[in-house]
Amino acid sequence: MAAPAAGGGLSLFWEALAANRLALLGLAVVAALVLVAALAPWLAPFDPNAINVQAILLPPSWNHPFGTDELGRDVFSRMIHGSRVSLQVGLVSAGLATLVGVALGAVAGYYGGWVEAAIMRFTDMMLCFPTFFLILAVIALLEPNILNIMAVIGLTSWMGVARLVRAEFLTLKEREFVVAVKSLGAGDARIIFRHVLPNAMAPVLVALTLGVAGAILTESGLSFLGLGVQPPEPSWGNILSQGKDNIEIAWWLSLFPGLAILVTVLGYNLLGEGIRDALDPRLR
Amino acid sequence: MGGARLVLIYLAKRLGMMAPLLIGITFISFLVMHLAPGSPTDVMTDLNPKVSDLARERLTKLYGLDQPLHVQYWSWLKRLAVLDFGQSFAPDGRPVLDKIAERLPITVSINVLSLILVLIIALPIGVYSATHKGSLFDQATTLFVFLGFASPTFWLALLAMILFGVHLGWLPISGIKGLNHDQLPFWGQMLDYARHLLLPVLLSALTSLAGLSRYMRANMLEVIRQDYITTARAKGLSERVVIYRHALRNALMPVITILGLSVPGLIGGSVIFESIFAIPGLGKLFFEAVMSRDYPLVMGGLVISAALTLVGNLLADLGYALADPRVRAA
Repeated sequence: MAAPAAGGGLSLFWEALAANRLALLGLAVVAALVLVAALAPWLAPFDPNAINVQAILLPPSWNHPFGTDELGRDVFSRMIHGSRVSLQVGLVSAGLATLVGVALGAVAGYYGGWVEAAIMRFTDMMLCFPTFFLILAVIALLEPNILNIMAVIGLTSWMGVARLVRAEFLTLKEREFVVAVKSLGAGDARIIFRHVLPNAMAPVLVALTLGVAGAILTESGLSFLGLGVQPPEPSWGNILSQGKDNIEIAWWLSLFPGLAILVTVLGYNLLGEGIRDALDPRLR
Repeated sequence: MGGARLVLIYLAKRLGMMAPLLIGITFISFLVMHLAPGSPTDVMTDLNPKVSDLARERLTKLYGLDQPLHVQYWSWLKRLAVLDFGQSFAPDGRPVLDKIAERLPITVSINVLSLILVLIIALPIGVYSATHKGSLFDQATTLFVFLGFASPTFWLALLAMILFGVHLGWLPISGIKGLNHDQLPFWGQMLDYARHLLLPVLLSALTSLAGLSRYMRANMLEVIRQDYITTARAKGLSERVVIYRHALRNALMPVITILGLSVPGLIGGSVIFESIFAIPGLGKLFFEAVMSRDYPLVMGGLVISAALTLVGNLLADLGYALADPRVRAA
C-alpha cells in the first residue's frame, strides 16, 4: 500500500510555485549559484590564490571585473571559487541539521512515551541557548576549519526540524493509511520510512532551504570574528571580512562579496517561502 | 475558581518544569567546555613563556582541573545553586556574576529597544500584507524584509558606519557614550546615549523584521480563513471591524510566544553588533571570554543566557495565559 501522494499533487505544486514571481526569482538565483559553483574552475579567469605584486588593490576593470585585493589576487576569481565553499557550508550544515532533526523528531513522534519526553526536553534545552554562543565556544576551542564549522552549525540548528517532524508524525500516525499498514504487519522501520516520513517531508524541505541561507550567514559572521573558513581558502565570508580592513580605499573588496551573500541568502529564503506557500493547499 | 488563582497554579506548574531544564542547561554548558581538547592553563602559560611546569600544576590544582569530570561538574553545580559562578580567569580575577551583571543591562536595553521598533514596524506590515495578499505592497515589503534578513549584519553595519559616521559625520561610530558624557546635563546625556545607540538599534531591528512580519502575515492569513470571521462578515460587520476587532486579536496571540522564543537569537546576534560598534555588552564579553579560554566566564555566560531564555519563555507563556482563558484551564 502506497502513501497517498499523487502525480497530480506535484503538478499542482509546480503551478503554484510558477505563479509566485518572488519564488521563481529565488529558484533562478539558487540554480545560477549551483551552476557557478559546479563550473568554477572553467569560469574563473585567474587562479584564485595567484599573488601578483604588480596588481595590488586595482579597482574593477575589464580585466578584473571585481578588482584585485591587497595581494593582487583577482577578486572575481576568488569569489567564483568561494561560491563552492559557501555553498558547501550551507548545504552540508543544513543537511546535517535536517538529518538529525528528522531522526530525532521521527523517533519522538512515532514512539511517544518516555522516548518522546526525553528527546523533546533535550530539544527544549538546546533551544534555550543562544546558538551563536554555542557555535563560538565550540569553534574557538576546536579549530576553525571547514569541517568543524559545518559540523557545529549543523549540530546546533536541528531543533526546529525535530519539532516540526514530531508534530507531523503525531498526526500522521493516527491516520487510516498508517493504521492500515500497521494492521497488515509492517515493521516500525518500514512504516516510518516508507509511509509516514514521505508525507512529512514538505515542511522539512522548507526548513532545509531556509537552513542553507542561515548557515551561509552564520559562516560570514564567524569569518568576521576570525573564526570562519580560514584564508587563503576563499569563502565569501572571509573575502568580505578581509576586505573590511581596506574598506576606505578599496570599496570593491567589501561590496561584491557582501552582495553575493545577500543575493544568495535572499534567493534561498524566497525559494523556501515559495515552496511553503505552494505546498499549503489552503493558500491556493 | 478565580482567574488569578488558575494563573498561579499554571505558573507553579511551569516553574516545576523549568527545574530539570535548568540542570540540563548547566550540564550542556559544562560539557561544551570540557570535551574540547586543551586546557585553560594552556592559554595562560602560552601568553607567558616564563611560567614553569610547576606553576602550571599549581594553576591546575587551584581550579580543580586535575579532578575527574563528574567531580568538577558536581562541585560547579553546588556553587551554582548559591549563584556562585566562580572567578574569571582573566587577570582581574573578578567574580563571573559581577562581570556579567554589569554588561547584561546594556545588551538587554539595546535588544528591548530594537524589539519595540520591530513590533511597531513588523505587525502592521504583516497585517496589511495578509489582507492584501499578492498586492504590490505585499511583494515589496516581502522583498524589503528579506533584504534586511539576508544582509550579513557586520557588512550592513560597516556600510552604515562609513556613510553616517565617516562621510556624513552625523553619528558617532563606536561605544555607547561620548568623551564629554559626564559633563553633560541629564537630557544631554540621554541624547548622547541615543546618538550612540541609534545605528545599532536600527540595524538590529532591520535584520529581524522578516521573522515577525512574515509570522504575523501567516497568522493573519490563517485567521481570516476561519469560520468565525465568515460569521462576522455574514452578520454584516464592516471589513474594518472584522479585520481589526475580530481577526487581529486572534492573530496577535501567538506573537507573544514568538517574542519569548526570540530571546536567544537576540543575545547571540549581539556578539557581532557589539564587536562592530565597540559596545561593552554581554555579546562582546562572551566573545572575549571564548577567545581567552576563560572557562568560568564562558560557562557562566552560557548558563545565564539560557536561563534568561527560560525566563523570557515563562513571561511569554504567562502573558498568553493572562490573555487567553483556554490556556489556564489546560
